[in-house]
Amino acid sequence: MQHVKADEGMIPPAALDVSRVSHAYGPKQVLSDVSFMVPQGRFSVLLGLNGAGKTTLFSLICHLYDSRHGAIRIFGHDVVRQSGHALRRLGIVFQARTLDLDLSVYHNLAYHASLHGIGRGEARQRIGLLLQQVGMEDRLHAKVRALSGGQMRRVEIVRALLHRPPLLLLDEATVGLDIRSRADILATIRRLVAEERISVLWATHLIDEVDVSDRVVLLHKGRVLADGRVSDVVSASGTEDIGQAFGVLTQSGAQAEEVLR
Amino acid sequence: MTSPVQAGILSADRGHERRFGVRHHLMCFRGIVFREGLRFLNQRERFISSLVRPLLWLFVFAAGFRQVLGVSIIPPYKTYVLYEVYITPGLCGMILLFSGMQSSLSMVYDREMGNMRTLLVSPFPRWFLLVSKLLAGVTVSILQVYVFLAIAWFWGVKPPVMGYLFVLPALFLAGVMLCALGMLLSSMIKQLENFAGVMNFVIFPMYFASSALYPLWRIQEASPLLHKICLANPFTYAVELVRFALYGQIDWYSLWIVVGCILLFLGGAIYAYDPSKGLLSRKQDGGGNT
Repeated sequence: MQHVKADEGMIPPAALDVSRVSHAYGPKQVLSDVSFMVPQGRFSVLLGLNGAGKTTLFSLICHLYDSRHGAIRIFGHDVVRQSGHALRRLGIVFQARTLDLDLSVYHNLAYHASLHGIGRGEARQRIGLLLQQVGMEDRLHAKVRALSGGQMRRVEIVRALLHRPPLLLLDEATVGLDIRSRADILATIRRLVAEERISVLWATHLIDEVDVSDRVVLLHKGRVLADGRVSDVVSASGTEDIGQAFGVLTQSGAQAEEVLR
Repeated sequence: MTSPVQAGILSADRGHERRFGVRHHLMCFRGIVFREGLRFLNQRERFISSLVRPLLWLFVFAAGFRQVLGVSIIPPYKTYVLYEVYITPGLCGMILLFSGMQSSLSMVYDREMGNMRTLLVSPFPRWFLLVSKLLAGVTVSILQVYVFLAIAWFWGVKPPVMGYLFVLPALFLAGVMLCALGMLLSSMIKQLENFAGVMNFVIFPMYFASSALYPLWRIQEASPLLHKICLANPFTYAVELVRFALYGQIDWYSLWIVVGCILLFLGGAIYAYDPSKGLLSRKQDGGGNT
């Protein structure tokens, strides 16, 4: 796979470039030779069942662990060798709740701002504006413990956007939310892509969160089975929609990989 | 929800090409310390229990043992001292020990709850984040020690006034050493339950097998083996450093051992939390599936 550095060529680097990444927890192989790209300004879906390796992949992308094999680049910056540059361009919403329940919304967000070197005055301004955009300006001083699941997720999205990252990763961001909250959050993220040209990698196991216009990466048992536009994946699998394609591909495993790649 | 674009909050100039300077590092450090302080204030029972423990030792244990245990004239004391006076530096060490371990306990909790990830995905260097976290914990524990010393003053434990100033760097070094040890331990432990178990094998042996409660010469008389264990225990030197500093003196031997232990424990913790070399990557993290 070709990688282009930001200052070297005419072609802009991919927002996220995962190249031949493998990872194991002791003897358990979780990711095997995973490669895909997230183009700039696009909404991409990482689709996989529980246990597919999505969370591990996210941990590697945000440098919680180092991958022993392969490389990950964010806007051309290697997450291992240039982790500071890479992480400044990355906003992330983890699957597990990562807010401090005992602190207020404001203090949680201000803490994150400080972790990105943002001063208090500027942080206060950004927090106010972003909370307003997600309809939570009245909960600024509420304890996180008092928020609903959907509200917590919105706060986490605000937190991920505070340092203005051009790439946003969301790991099962709608799990445990009601239908309306799910739709709201998904719509907000899609709007960010359309209006701000933010690049998004949205990890999910829910087929109905995939739109026909999306790029999709299908991860199954640590392997990429399909990577491309939804219409291409559907037609290559000989099915009628992404739901059927998902079912067919996850059952036929490696054979499907040969067909689609 | 309305669009963020209306407010221009995600405008094109994101400033990611600018390098982090000293000012940004200070902002990050201040944020970490502030959060640690807020968490401490929000957990009033933690504050109270951190004081009740040493005060119980001072008011009950020391008062009871005053008549049983005589303390002869040993440096830094120039006269015979009451057992309460002797035990006070050890109780300061106890606060630092429990607080340091509790701060590390919070790292295990944060890791289980996922909060630790928000710290570790910051673009600042990992060592800087860990040292900031460590110093935040030490700051909180030093404040607890001063509150304890103020209460002890009313109980008749009155070191020289300048001692309260001289003891600050000693408390800082001892606190850093104990927090670093806790941080190193926290990196090796996956679940909170395991950490509580390890604490019983670390806190109590470290505290009792030291010069916190009895002078080393008395321990040597009672048990040469225990005396050797006390000499091998870094907590002994933390306590002696605090004891001498409280009376305006420097115990150089203890100072070098404490500094050496800081380098060892802190280096180990930074190594362990390093994503490529450390221990975390060998474990499956909680929170997600895989």
